Amino acid sequence: MKCSKCSEKAVFLVPKFCKKHFIDYFEKKVFETIKKFSLVNPKEKIVVACSGGKDSTAVLYLLKKFHKKVVALAIDEGIFGYRNKTLIDLKKFCSKNNIELRIYSFEKEFGKTLDEMLKQKQHPCSVCGIFRRYLMNKYARGFGKIATGHNMDDESQAVLMNLMKGNVDLLWHSVPMTKKVGNFVQRIKPLYFCSEKEVAAYALLKGFEVSFNECLYIKDSFRNQVRDALNNYELENSGTKLNILKKHLLMLEKIKFETSFFQYCSVCDEPAKEDICKACQLIKSFK
Amino acid sequence: MKIFIEKDEKMMEKKFSGKIIVLLKSLDINPTSVLVVKNGSLVTEEDSVNDDDSIKILNVISGG
Ligand SMILES: [Zn+2]
Ligand SMILES: [Zn+2]
Repeated sequence: MKCSKCSEKAVFLVPKFCKKHFIDYFEKKVFETIKKFSLVNPKEKIVVACSGGKDSTAVLYLLKKFHKKVVALAIDEGIFGYRNKTLIDLKKFCSKNNIELRIYSFEKEFGKTLDEMLKQKQHPCSVCGIFRRYLMNKYARGFGKIATGHNMDDESQAVLMNLMKGNVDLLWHSVPMTKKVGNFVQRIKPLYFCSEKEVAAYALLKGFEVSFNECLYIKDSFRNQVRDALNNYELENSGTKLNILKKHLLMLEKIKFETSFFQYCSVCDEPAKEDICKACQLIKSFK
Repeated sequence: MKIFIEKDEKMMEKKFSGKIIVLLKSLDINPTSVLVVKNGSLVTEEDSVNDDDSIKILNVISGG
């Protein structure tokens, strides 16, 4: 099987490219997304939300290459056997690529690791998500934007899930760049048009030392169903995920932007849906 | 042929020669969700493998 651009052996099927042409294609696609949606301004510094996994590591590498002004921010939730491993990879990657890395831990910020918090019977992903978002927002403030590793699979799954659940205001989260609201830090997603498989191939071909492991806590089963359904559909109808996102963006252009109601937490001043934010409510429940 | 399935951290031995896409189907794996590494290099699902090859099947799902 030959590359569609040269006589080298293809390493990827759709599109059919050799190693060199695949890397060129992938980087060009990411840089075009950054340009087309004006994801970065020349002057601002971008915080990259890093997990040590392939997606955020690819974003970190490409923003460093394209924009230069980046700082890596990682949250150590304290998931033994998972996060401690991915953080070792991330530390190595950042020192090799000369990138500043800041790590904030649940233990230091909230007095407990995620493993310890869960002894009190909350759902791991919701507790984890609340505290991760909280710390990201808090420590990214003052920088331009937060870049995340969300790819085409994550985003097309989110669109379908929010449609099925009727969460119309959440559809505004599944975009290459979120709108400016209150003192939330804007999110950018340079991998918005890259499939999970493409990102994995890029990370592998570039020799990034990233673990392909999943978090040990059990995933949202609804997301797994949507992922399997989309992957099965994509296999028969190539381009399905891309079409979902393109039509989704087109529809958003035609409806009025409405943010769901929020105020500022009376304890910590971070944005909140109620008088006291979710993070502060959880911290209080630990005491 | 030696097959390592990363998702389950499982090493298996299987008699097979033919296209990788057929191998994946026999293992009930959707090619959209994996990368296949043959003897240390990334290959496409259209490539063929035989009993002398050593295969790694890597899950592409994000770790979050
Ligand atoms: Zn080529
Ligand atoms: Zn608060």
